[in-house]
Amino acid sequence: MSSVSIRKLSVRFGATEVIKDLDLDVIESEFLVLLGPSGCGKSTLLHSIAGLIDASDGRIEIGGQDMTWVDPTDRRIGMVFQSYALYPTMTVERNMSFGLRISGTPKAEIERRVKRVAEMLHLAPLLQRKPAQLSGGQRQRVAIGRALVREAAVFLFDEPLSNLDAKLRAELRRELKLLHKHLRSTMIYVTHDQVEAMTLATRIVVMYAGKIQQIGAPAEVYEKPENLFVAGFLGAPAMNFLHGTLKVAADSIRFESVGMTFDVSAYAFRTPPSNGQAVVLGIRPENLQLRSDGALQASVSLIEPMGNHHVVWLDFAGGLFSSVVTGALAFGVDAPVRFTLEVGQVSLFDRASEQRL
Amino acid sequence: MSSISAPALARRQAQWLRPARIGVYAFLLSAAVFFLLPLYIMLVTSFKSMDEIRLGNLFALPIQVTVEPWVTAWTSACTGVACEGIRGGFWNSVLIVIPSTVLPILLGALNGYALSFWKPRGANLLFGILMLGAFIPVQVMMFPLVRILATLGLFSSLPGIVLVHLIFSMPVMTLLFRNYYQAIPQELFQAARIDGGGFWRIFVQLMLPMSTPIIVVAAIMQVTGVWNDYILGLVFAGRDNLPMTVQLNNVINTTTGTRLYNVNMAATILTSLVPLTLYFVSGRWFVRGIAAGAVKG
Repeated sequence: MSSVSIRKLSVRFGATEVIKDLDLDVIESEFLVLLGPSGCGKSTLLHSIAGLIDASDGRIEIGGQDMTWVDPTDRRIGMVFQSYALYPTMTVERNMSFGLRISGTPKAEIERRVKRVAEMLHLAPLLQRKPAQLSGGQRQRVAIGRALVREAAVFLFDEPLSNLDAKLRAELRRELKLLHKHLRSTMIYVTHDQVEAMTLATRIVVMYAGKIQQIGAPAEVYEKPENLFVAGFLGAPAMNFLHGTLKVAADSIRFESVGMTFDVSAYAFRTPPSNGQAVVLGIRPENLQLRSDGALQASVSLIEPMGNHHVVWLDFAGGLFSSVVTGALAFGVDAPVRFTLEVGQVSLFDRASEQRL
Repeated sequence: MSSISAPALARRQAQWLRPARIGVYAFLLSAAVFFLLPLYIMLVTSFKSMDEIRLGNLFALPIQVTVEPWVTAWTSACTGVACEGIRGGFWNSVLIVIPSTVLPILLGALNGYALSFWKPRGANLLFGILMLGAFIPVQVMMFPLVRILATLGLFSSLPGIVLVHLIFSMPVMTLLFRNYYQAIPQELFQAARIDGGGFWRIFVQLMLPMSTPIIVVAAIMQVTGVWNDYILGLVFAGRDNLPMTVQLNNVINTTTGTRLYNVNMAATILTSLVPLTLYFVSGRWFVRGIAAGAVKG
């Protein structure tokens, strides 16, 4: 178990700078998830922690030791890949023990560790099989097991569940979470799937264009997004956005947009707002509540049934706004409905800087 | 498919007799005859006695089957001054083929592995230069190579001819293995790196065991190529190591009295027996190798 700290890391491929001046501290025994769209640099970051990609600049420390130029072998890490990357000519047992055999671990010790991990991951009956004889979920379990037997200081996961079908993914996700609870090792996990990020993470790092956009606990990142990118990236259906301006008076602050006005005096502004400031108001679909006594009016344009809830799309202020409704619906398509916003549940962003106010 | 109507069925059957179809079969048949007829003539002639050959019935089956020409070809046909058959050449060829197959495969695999996974500085340039070597005719390099080997003291020796085969096989062997390894996901290599594998261990314990299909292909190419080689063997092997092909040429060109057609034919078939068997045996392996490579591990 170790902490990881990254200082001023830059990674360049030729002229393109994939990661620029990145600082990140991974706390010991936390489950850190790097989340972002394809090409945001999250995998590059993970590979440079593993030592598979050379840093162009900066410093990487694992467990307090400078590992920037250390061979991947000696970084005391275990890694799980998206494509499993199992050695096809070796049995499950030999796949898992490959690293230990290289490092010259005594036979009895190898046997003990493989047995322990195999039991933990329900692989005991499969030990003598070749990877080709395993299903996708079993293969990924073996890949996780191979990383675990090394008893590394830090475990790195590179989109390990992306190749699995939805059901298996949910199953392995739970297993991973239990595993972390049980082992308490430091884990760094790359994904573009926000459900995985929300469910697994101790902290989420949202990345975009080679930069960290926000670091925080899942609830914090979800409820208080730092900027418009984070707000729009997390959540399905996505956060609703409404463009408008702030009217600051002596006794109140109001958000004004086409045909609506909304009191935001109680909003926790970080910096004092200025009058006439162009802003974007964001509200999560589940916080846009349809109520007969609501102050705002819209018409229903589309209803998506999701089984245990409905997503109701409202025609409002020249755009489509989504609302999540649980329980039976009292209206149909094209019906007029009323709804309310809660000031404690909205997010305000400066339109120019796209940062949270 | 029970919904095919009667006219459609008739049409399908009629396709069999369409002129284009007949043309295709006629062409295939004549091509097969064209290639098989010489083999047939060689086979029947090699089992005839000289008296029977003089009758001139080239296509006739032997009246009296005799294995005498085969025995002569193997044990006592004259290759120049010596009359010991071509068995010496056979063993020479075997001695040349084995190291000239094993070494190029190992070295080609090593090259391909290094180029695909370790990507040393200038790897692409190196590979490009190596490929360029494949396009330069052998004749151009012949004389310089003779001089080099003579200087090294390897000219006219078994290690000399093996070295020459090794050099000339490098572009193709490297290309073969490089392409094969390029198709293997980098992640597999990275996983092995994290597991602590070094250059040689990953090569020997991980990559080579995965390379069976391409090793079979490379072996077939090398064995047939080296076995059928004439000019390199003639120039570089030296009198004691002359391969079977050179000996065969000597058998056929050594005329003392009448030309022994039956012996010549038997000697020729004996010489081509190794590549021929290899094709027959490896056809199965070939398919199996390709199929094994297609299944993702």
